[in-house]
Amino acid sequence: MLILGPVGFTAPALLYGLAALPVLWFLLRAVPPAPVRRRFPGVALLLGLRDPAAEAHRTPWWLVLLRMAAVGLLVLGFAGPVLDPEPRVAGTGPLLVLADGSWADAADWPRRQERIAALLAEAGRDGRPVAVALLTDPPPGVLPFQTAGEWAERVAGLAPRPFAPDARAVAAFAGRLPATGFATVWLADGLARDDRPELLAALEARGPVRVIESPRPVLALAPPAFRDGALALAVLRPGGGPAAVATVAARGPDPSGIERELARKAVALEAGAERGEAAAALPPELRNRVLRFEIAGVRSAGAVSLADDALRRRKVALIAGREDREGLDLLSPLHYLRQALAPVADLVDGPLADILQAAPDVIVLADVARLPDSEAAAMLAWVGRGGLLLRFAGPRLAASDVARTAEDPLMPVRLREGGRTLGGAMSWGEPKRLRPFAEGSPFHGLAIPGDVEVAAQVLAQPDPGLAGRTLASLADGTPLVTRRLEGEGQVVLFHVTANAEWSSLPLSGLFVQMLERLAVSTRPAAPAAADLEGRLWTAERLIDAWGRVDEAAETAGVPGAALAAAIAAGAPTAAVPPGVYAAADRRVALNVIGPDTTLTRAAWPPHIAVEGLAVRAERSLKGLVLAVALALLLADVVASLRVSGRLGRPRRAAVAVAVAAMAVAAVVAGAGGGPARAEGAADADAIRATTRFALAHVLTGDEAVDRMAAAGLAGLSRRLFERTSVEPGEPIAIDLETAELAFFPLLYWPVTTAGPLPSAAAYGRLNHFLRTGGMILFDTRDADLALAGATTPAGRRLREIARPLDIPPLEPVPSDHVLTRSFYLIQEFPGRFASREVWVEAAPPDAERAEGMPFRHLNDGVTPVVIGGNDWAAAWALDARGGALVPVGRGLGGERQRELAVRFGINLVMHVLTGNYKSDQVHVPALLERLGQ
Amino acid sequence: MTAPAAPAALRAGAETLAAPLPPLLAEARQLAQTVILGEHGRRRAGLGDAFWQFRPAAPTDEARAIDWRRSARSDTAFVREKEWQAAQSVALWVDDSRAMAFASSPRLPAKAARGRLLALALAVLLVRGGERVGLTDPDLPPRRGAAQLLRLAGRLARDGAEDYGAPAVAALAPHSRALFVSDFLGDLAPLEAAVAAAADRGVRGALLHILDPAEEAFPYDGRTIFESMGGGLRFETLKAAALRDDYRDRLARRKARLAALAGEAGWHLGLHHTDAPAAGALLWLYRAMERFRRC
Repeated sequence: MLILGPVGFTAPALLYGLAALPVLWFLLRAVPPAPVRRRFPGVALLLGLRDPAAEAHRTPWWLVLLRMAAVGLLVLGFAGPVLDPEPRVAGTGPLLVLADGSWADAADWPRRQERIAALLAEAGRDGRPVAVALLTDPPPGVLPFQTAGEWAERVAGLAPRPFAPDARAVAAFAGRLPATGFATVWLADGLARDDRPELLAALEARGPVRVIESPRPVLALAPPAFRDGALALAVLRPGGGPAAVATVAARGPDPSGIERELARKAVALEAGAERGEAAAALPPELRNRVLRFEIAGVRSAGAVSLADDALRRRKVALIAGREDREGLDLLSPLHYLRQALAPVADLVDGPLADILQAAPDVIVLADVARLPDSEAAAMLAWVGRGGLLLRFAGPRLAASDVARTAEDPLMPVRLREGGRTLGGAMSWGEPKRLRPFAEGSPFHGLAIPGDVEVAAQVLAQPDPGLAGRTLASLADGTPLVTRRLEGEGQVVLFHVTANAEWSSLPLSGLFVQMLERLAVSTRPAAPAAADLEGRLWTAERLIDAWGRVDEAAETAGVPGAALAAAIAAGAPTAAVPPGVYAAADRRVALNVIGPDTTLTRAAWPPHIAVEGLAVRAERSLKGLVLAVALALLLADVVASLRVSGRLGRPRRAAVAVAVAAMAVAAVVAGAGGGPARAEGAADADAIRATTRFALAHVLTGDEAVDRMAAAGLAGLSRRLFERTSVEPGEPIAIDLETAELAFFPLLYWPVTTAGPLPSAAAYGRLNHFLRTGGMILFDTRDADLALAGATTPAGRRLREIARPLDIPPLEPVPSDHVLTRSFYLIQEFPGRFASREVWVEAAPPDAERAEGMPFRHLNDGVTPVVIGGNDWAAAWALDARGGALVPVGRGLGGERQRELAVRFGINLVMHVLTGNYKSDQVHVPALLERLGQ
Repeated sequence: MTAPAAPAALRAGAETLAAPLPPLLAEARQLAQTVILGEHGRRRAGLGDAFWQFRPAAPTDEARAIDWRRSARSDTAFVREKEWQAAQSVALWVDDSRAMAFASSPRLPAKAARGRLLALALAVLLVRGGERVGLTDPDLPPRRGAAQLLRLAGRLARDGAEDYGAPAVAALAPHSRALFVSDFLGDLAPLEAAVAAAADRGVRGALLHILDPAEEAFPYDGRTIFESMGGGLRFETLKAAALRDDYRDRLARRKARLAALAGEAGWHLGLHHTDAPAAGALLWLYRAMERFRRC
């Protein structure tokens, strides 16, 4: 590569071609432009003339310069110019590209792939054989040295694994390395491992080793631990770094089952610190749902910590001694416990023997005095294994002789006979309040509400160990809650009942908090190997190297021993990848980072050169230079034409310019002009429709019908103007496919048998129109003249039209419909025809006529449709001079019918505009008076 | 005529041939209308019916030529002369060579078209004046009458195949009139020979030199290959603009040579450019023909 300042050339030999440019100059100058052929009769006069020997026949100098520049750029372009070239030394011999491929690589894996690709490309240029290996997945046999091109195709398929390289596999890999020399480039993940020095020594024995590491610190999340009732979050940052804040997000299903972020907590990392911690107090409801914690924005398996049973709901078994009082829930000794625990724990019911099989975390015995011996033994064993036995006192316990003389293993303290009653009808004392919780008690810090009073309790025998076993006591010092540790478990006794008989404690929020404190303190610790062994664990969810959690499908089970070993070591392997493993109803999480995992920054020997990951971006200028050369050649075409006189016709140039301008103008017009115009028209329509109230009719496509509808609505508008306070403007014709219907309260729709049905979009708008209070007056214009049992063609058409419409049940207009009195008192609705059948929305079936009232109490909305066939528009239609356009009936009777038609139209418009106003009972007296006349 | 399809082919050819006739003739007549025939007498004694003058009898006059009624009123004998009414023959030659088909711009008529139009219009005028009009070709000798115009129009519409044309004067009647219409860009020797031969026979006439404006101005530039219309001649130049002056010089010399030729033969020489109106040229032609008649 030849490097000149910021530009390098990959094929510098081609630059010798530039030496030919002077020759080209000479040649280009010598070649005259192409001749023009002309027919010219005067040629006879030209014969024998001689050209003046001047430079005129040569190519102009600027054209030569243009061509020279183009050719020069071509030469430069094919010489492969590169901006910011990376000077490199060609290596020799085989090259091993070794990557850790661990979870710590995942965060910047694409950059590592780029780097590997760059290394392969370089090796390919040098013709070196290459092998690429991942330490997490070392090649089984000897190193597969191949050409760089073959590896380059496989780079995209390389993927990191969600665990660290296995020390034994790495050792075996080091042992398998060929004896022949090769150079090594090691893309390390930046974490120290015990097997590193050994492998490095083995590699250095074969040849030079370069190490490439990302300067970015590796972030990892330690498994959250419970501490003081809160979750302790710890973010690890081996090697330290500047002060930063890592956000830890807890993810899990929300109440509707959709996985989302439940909470997030910022963990501050101080400058130089390798570990940052924060405590997150999550409500139990949230905590129970958490599936995993992750450092937001870090795509690495190490930044994800899966939650397992340790964070799960605890299993609480409730056993009451007194089950005979059916139906008295509030007196049930378990009622308040259920209320308190149901949201945060899985409750188990059943016989004690079965319950113990279910391995609950907590067993609550409410007023159970004595257990059968076998069960007591099993219970004791369960407590010894870490169970929490929570007992409540009660009349039975008080009446029994349990733990009277000797300590019962299932009771924390000895009890005195009978207990005591405070503040009862037969006692002098007042009900006692609680003493503040002592330090060291699990309840320490809980606020005691003032209304918690204890009216009865069982009393503990004063024993030497009593004070140590007391967790809470009454104001007079008598114990209220006592606890005794038994093996890994504990036995806790509330000296009051679990219901409100003896105290108001179960009614208070303190009771819930106390239970929570107790329950939290009983969460299982890290699963012991003994718990895991002997069972087959199947993966439920697995993490990939990038921290994505996927449902594990059809993976083989993992023996408990292997899982226990992986958990104990805090290091998942290829055989036991990180994830959540389940056996029966237990779930165990195996995270990349265990509770004891420590991460440290890798330290390399001083003679090893550690490079950054960044690949210097070489920008090839070849395309750019060739493009410029091409542009120059195009310019040369134009210039040549010009020189030879073929471009010289100004008219052609003008035509070309005009065509181009027209094309541009057409494009501009097509892009912007059309819609703008359409929008303007729509705006104008909207303004017209909203400036004045206007009646509207639907365009049917039948010109005569549309004309008649327009004339009819104009006539009705005129009558409205004359007689009412409604002053409509000119009626508006509506094209259902395009018009906005929201501006019109009433649509007159003459039904024709021809014409297309409205489109789906138009039906959508129509339904919206009907739902939002619009009314459509359907007019079949055929007087419904059909034989019995049949429908007219227009009627059938109406059914087709109305089928997709949202139309309620209909009935013929009842005599008390508001249409009959919304302006005029009418009982007939004739148009040009006088058919009686006009249909409106049916009244609700429960509408009843009030006593003494002529109308039913119908206060529903406006009927969305009025359907009839009386051809009202024809009856309303007026010509320009105000005369009737269409004859109606005969003589005076016909005029009366026309008048009624107009009155129906006015009533209809009034009904639309005023809604059910006229059906308000307020108007009844006035109406009655008029009806009486 | 031996081919079976000959009648049809003849008819088709005839129709193709006749197609330009009415327009050409109509145009020519229209053009001829622009020339108002003024006093068109022969104004000399000759063989005619109209009385011309009485002149004193000369000794060479035959006795029967003496008008005795006029002589009786005086002492001398008078001869009654009648106005010369013998029709003159005019032979036209319009160059039909390929060179005449040149038009430098689509807006300009070709030289041939303009030449034919002028010739035919002149023929219309002459026929109206009673002259006999024909072509120099022996197959269409001068005749009178409207039918001759049709024949002339048909004959003039034909195109020749050679690059440059030359008139044939073999069939020229002695003492007739001749009109040669051409661009005279070809070899001048045949023309000179023809004019000389015609002059020898007492034929007098006019040369109408028709040129396209481009042939006058030579508005060309750059490397150009000039070809004659038929392709027979070819000339390549690298810088046409440099030849402009030489070309014009040669053209001027050619014009001078034509003028000299016309002067020697006693003919008229007119120059007409195709971008000029045809009426002016027609008027000049008519006057040129008339001038001979007066003398």
